[in-house]
Amino acid sequence: MALQSLDIQRRSATTTPQPGSRQPIEVAKLIDVTTCIGCKACQVACSEWNDIREEVGSNIGVYDNPTDLSAHAWTVMRFTETEAHGRLEWLIRKDGCMHCADPGCLKACPSPGAIIQYKNGIVDFHQENCIGCGYCVTGCPFNVPRLSREDGKAYKCSLCSDRVAVGQEPACVKTCPTGAISFGSKEDMKDIAATRIDDLRRRGFDKAGLYDPEGVGGTHVMYVLHHADEPALYANLPANPAISPMVSIWKGVAKPLATLALAGVALGSLFHYVMKGPNEISKETEDEIDAEDRREREDKEAAQ
Amino acid sequence: MASHDQPASAGMPISRRQFFRISAAGLGTTGLVMAGAYSGEAHAEVREYKLLRARETRNNCTYCSVGCGVLLYSLGSGAKNAKAEIIHIEGDPDHPVSRGALCPKGAGLLDFVHSAQRLRYPEVREAGSNEWKRISWHEAIERVARHMKADRDANIVDRNAAGVPVNRWLSTAMLTASASSNETGILTQKIMRALGIVATDAQARVCHGPTVSALASTFGRGAMTNSWVDIKNADFILVMGGNAAEAHPVGFRWAIEAKKQRGAKLVVVDPRFNRTASVADYYMPIRVGSDIAFLGGVIRWLIEHDKIHWDYVKAYTNAAVIVGDGYDFNEGLFSGYDAEKGAYDLGKWAYTLDAAGHVSTDPTLAHPRCVWNLMKAHYARYTPEVVSELTGTPQEDFLKVCAWLGETAVPGKVGTILYALGWTQHTTGAQNIRTMAMIQLLLGNIGMPGGGVNALRGHSNIQGLSDLGLLSTSLPGYLTLPNEKNHPTYADYIAKTTPRAQRDHQLNYWGNTPKFFVSLMKWMWGDKATAANDWGYDWLPKWDRMYDVLHITELMHQGKINGFVVQGFNPLASFPDANKVTEAFSKLKYMVIIDPIETETSSFWQNHGESHDVDPARIATEVFRLPSTCFAEEEGAIVNSSRWLQWHFKGAEPPGEAKGDQEILGEIFMALRTLYEKEGGKLAEPILNLAWPYRDPYAPTAQELAMELNGRALADIPDPADKTRLLARKGEQLAGFAALQDDGSTSCACWIFSGCWTQAGNQMARRDNTDTGLGNTPGWSWAWPANRRILYNRASCTPEGKPWDPSRSLIAWNGERWAGGDIPDFKADSPPSEGMGPFIMNPEGLGRLYCVDKLVDGPFPEHYEPMETPLGTNPLHPAVVSSPAVRIFPGDRARLGKHTEFPYVGTTYRLTEHFQFWTKSVRLSAIAQPEQFVEISESLAREKGIAAGDWVKVSSNRGYIKARAVVTKRLRPLSVNKQTVHQIGIPLHWGWVGVAKKGFLTNVLPPAVGDCNTQTPEYKAFLVNLEKV
Repeated sequence: MALQSLDIQRRSATTTPQPGSRQPIEVAKLIDVTTCIGCKACQVACSEWNDIREEVGSNIGVYDNPTDLSAHAWTVMRFTETEAHGRLEWLIRKDGCMHCADPGCLKACPSPGAIIQYKNGIVDFHQENCIGCGYCVTGCPFNVPRLSREDGKAYKCSLCSDRVAVGQEPACVKTCPTGAISFGSKEDMKDIAATRIDDLRRRGFDKAGLYDPEGVGGTHVMYVLHHADEPALYANLPANPAISPMVSIWKGVAKPLATLALAGVALGSLFHYVMKGPNEISKETEDEIDAEDRREREDKEAAQ
Repeated sequence: MASHDQPASAGMPISRRQFFRISAAGLGTTGLVMAGAYSGEAHAEVREYKLLRARETRNNCTYCSVGCGVLLYSLGSGAKNAKAEIIHIEGDPDHPVSRGALCPKGAGLLDFVHSAQRLRYPEVREAGSNEWKRISWHEAIERVARHMKADRDANIVDRNAAGVPVNRWLSTAMLTASASSNETGILTQKIMRALGIVATDAQARVCHGPTVSALASTFGRGAMTNSWVDIKNADFILVMGGNAAEAHPVGFRWAIEAKKQRGAKLVVVDPRFNRTASVADYYMPIRVGSDIAFLGGVIRWLIEHDKIHWDYVKAYTNAAVIVGDGYDFNEGLFSGYDAEKGAYDLGKWAYTLDAAGHVSTDPTLAHPRCVWNLMKAHYARYTPEVVSELTGTPQEDFLKVCAWLGETAVPGKVGTILYALGWTQHTTGAQNIRTMAMIQLLLGNIGMPGGGVNALRGHSNIQGLSDLGLLSTSLPGYLTLPNEKNHPTYADYIAKTTPRAQRDHQLNYWGNTPKFFVSLMKWMWGDKATAANDWGYDWLPKWDRMYDVLHITELMHQGKINGFVVQGFNPLASFPDANKVTEAFSKLKYMVIIDPIETETSSFWQNHGESHDVDPARIATEVFRLPSTCFAEEEGAIVNSSRWLQWHFKGAEPPGEAKGDQEILGEIFMALRTLYEKEGGKLAEPILNLAWPYRDPYAPTAQELAMELNGRALADIPDPADKTRLLARKGEQLAGFAALQDDGSTSCACWIFSGCWTQAGNQMARRDNTDTGLGNTPGWSWAWPANRRILYNRASCTPEGKPWDPSRSLIAWNGERWAGGDIPDFKADSPPSEGMGPFIMNPEGLGRLYCVDKLVDGPFPEHYEPMETPLGTNPLHPAVVSSPAVRIFPGDRARLGKHTEFPYVGTTYRLTEHFQFWTKSVRLSAIAQPEQFVEISESLAREKGIAAGDWVKVSSNRGYIKARAVVTKRLRPLSVNKQTVHQIGIPLHWGWVGVAKKGFLTNVLPPAVGDCNTQTPEYKAFLVNLEKV
């Protein structure tokens, strides 16, 4: 029996080729920022479906809540008030994983099978394989993955791979009241986007367009923007996202060298394991780190 | 930001923890893999689909009036040995309105069902105590019944000074729940009126009361004219007096659909650039409380620029009707004003009637006293300059709206209006809506698919509770509760509530009032209601004055009310001037709370520091808290804003010992009835004679009550058209209200609901979502009246019976009858040649530009300032600043503030993440919007030295709140009457109960004064001050 319920395109830190005979359709989520009212239904549906609950936070002077992505908040609305185009606009962007075709997180990930890219385009984190190193965070050009305080593992939107696997749309897509989020094959999503862009251009948004950045091979979450020439207007959506050069070096030139070097470490590890047992963080070290985290947090809050 | 999830991205320090992990575990593992020494035990499998064998139950969202379909998923197969537990809730894709979508509140329903604030056991707070004590249901019911009986026996008034039997029990008041089902609602109505309760109200009072007054006085019925899905058929959508995207996101999808599919234009006029504005084509600001000035200016512009749908106006409105000599308007006052009483003599505003009681008309519109000319003269003052001076809306913006509306004056273009509480919650609430209703008549947009005046109702069943007459002076189906002066006898009641047609060949449907009323009486009293005793008329309570929530609070404050039964309502949070409300509640002897969750009302005796500083020891009120079920744990029907009665099913058992409302009410009533049987008591007759045919008298079921709402035949009902046939056999469910009789041979609890549960079964549970054209789905659930989906749809055709716009045709005359994709809201076989008017509830059959004597504050809307005005004057008529027909109690008048002391305008509203005061007890909602805030403009913030996120204090003459400041470009100072007006936005959702951050009751701020016609409080415009804390 296959070990996967979706066909796999690639796995992190794995050199074994993945089976490639079946060609499932590439899916995509299209977020039409121009019809999003920022109601946060998608945020709530995401948390509800995925059984995650962020802590009840504070109002920091804007509508954004939770104020950032976290291990318990895989998508958040980012609100921007701008007069860059004359009349006031309230731009509201649903932020979350873009499910890049060329995923920086996966490339950076050193742990086998912690990050999987399915053939349909979904990039999924498998926390049971995650070692909590945070490389995916560095590798992500969109600053999306977050480490959990409870288990130290990285979390982000799964594009509801469990729903997609049984033929359902992601929870955020289904719930979207205004139909600003659509889901289907990437081709179909591009068609819908084209229709929307036509409508927007008729309404005077000359630069309306689709956000499907090439620097990461295109994405499986795409935006329709009124001002596609200025993605930064939308809470700093990167204009030309690309995988960090550090990740490229790590996985490119340096990889053979690292392999050699780390082989030694591995042998050492094995020796260590046989002689001393698995690496464990002592209770004292854990407590000390916790105390330090707390101090940092308090300093930060005091600074705010 | 959430402090525990630090992204370790570039530029951010890697914590020791991360470093430790990277070095100790990360590299090691990587090394193993790189070396090929790792076998690959890491499987890749998506998370298991969690609903694989979950049980699915159809239900409807319990929050707003869009009435979205939801699917409840519960654990367990339904086996007796497994207790069902709801594990997930998502949208029902089959639902024609929501199509699987849910707003943030709906998407978080699971956390409402499982809220930590759900009540699980009956409890009592004894007088002076500082704690809840768990008690048994038996003790709770016995004690409540004892309290009620003692108070009723001591205080019920059997006859008034004139000797009229009035059966009025005023010393116990009751609030009813607009999120409860029709079946709970009608049972409540039955019990309340049998007991003689007149001091009763529902959430409709604090929300859409003015809608009912305004739309009924104009079109004949007080409901949203079209349906949610129908909004997609509009070419132009104005959102004003509401924020549809915020309050009704899923209904609003159909406005977006109109934009996407038809290229419709969406325009927002609002004090704030709000969420609706964020997706609109155009936004313009307006000062709160100046909507009539704006819309009156639109009327003037349409007339001046001849943007009038003339064929429609001449055929279907009362433009040509001649008004009697009594009507006049001068310097801010209509004729007939009595300054001493602060009220008008409405008789002055009558039509000119001939000997037959018919209206006189001048089809040429030349007569100086015809409605058209009076209207034209009335609005001549509302020039664009005046409008801009009063509203603060830039003139060029105002003129744009005029032009866009004007484009819909032709048959091929239709515009609609979406509004809600931004119009209702003013002293001029009903008149705000009236003005727009007049505009839509002038443009020929009523009855049209894609048109209408769309009142977006509030609670999930606020429409149902209005329909069921759960208001002080109402009975089910918009019948009035008898008044002691006007209706001392049954004959008076029938004579005065049954209108005669005012033109030839008019349907004048209220002419059937006796059938509706007698059938209602047969439902109330069963066999005890006979022709000989006027169907038990004397047992009904008769009102002297309206006991709305403001009046009830005032009486409590005066110590005149002893008991208060509060069913699914949080009045401490939702009534204005909350500090006064706290004082009022503290004078009660007993309070009975029936609710699924904790409320501020139930714990009004608790001290919550600065936000609620009371001394429990000094509050002697006994408070009983009875846990009830929520939507997911009961079945029944709720009525959405489009008048759809949607049946929902039970998905799980309630927590702890919670019981359904019908069972709680049944037990209280049976306990009372038993006491009256055993011990006797004052005016026991209506209690003992109340028809109570329920299989389990302690727990009437939803099915039993729904069947009573529909009505049944008590004898064979002959068909008047064909004597050989029967409309219904004895004992059968009726097919609809056309079968109702005035001779006691039919019983029906709510005539407009007749047809909802026929011999063919429960029509409300129907799920055929076939589109019969233009998004109309008559096979889905059941809509009152008679399953008609677009009201006044006869007006979508020319007088000859052809659609004004063939591309927007729902019904038409086919040579024999009216037919099409909708049920005609008309006499199906009345040919166009007969000249029957499309507004069949009005005796003249016409839509009213001039509403005659139907509203207490004038037949034409006029701009009056809010009771607390930032201008201190009314530039239109300085001698009459605010509405002269306002009712305000002296104590409340003394608590009004002045603009010199409170220079800013406060306006309250809700947020899309929350529903009133419940969802602060819902974790998912609290996460999405955790803490109380107010919105202020950047310029006011600069002036006051306030930065985003600062704590600020907002105070009125009645109290203050402290909240975070959201400093925004979306609010701007306006230039009004040569002065700068700053408006402060105040969301209303906070209190001390729940999982959200504790906050202040917003309603300490607004004054206790309401709409002239309905007493819906003026939450939307009052004066405040602002300071940084």
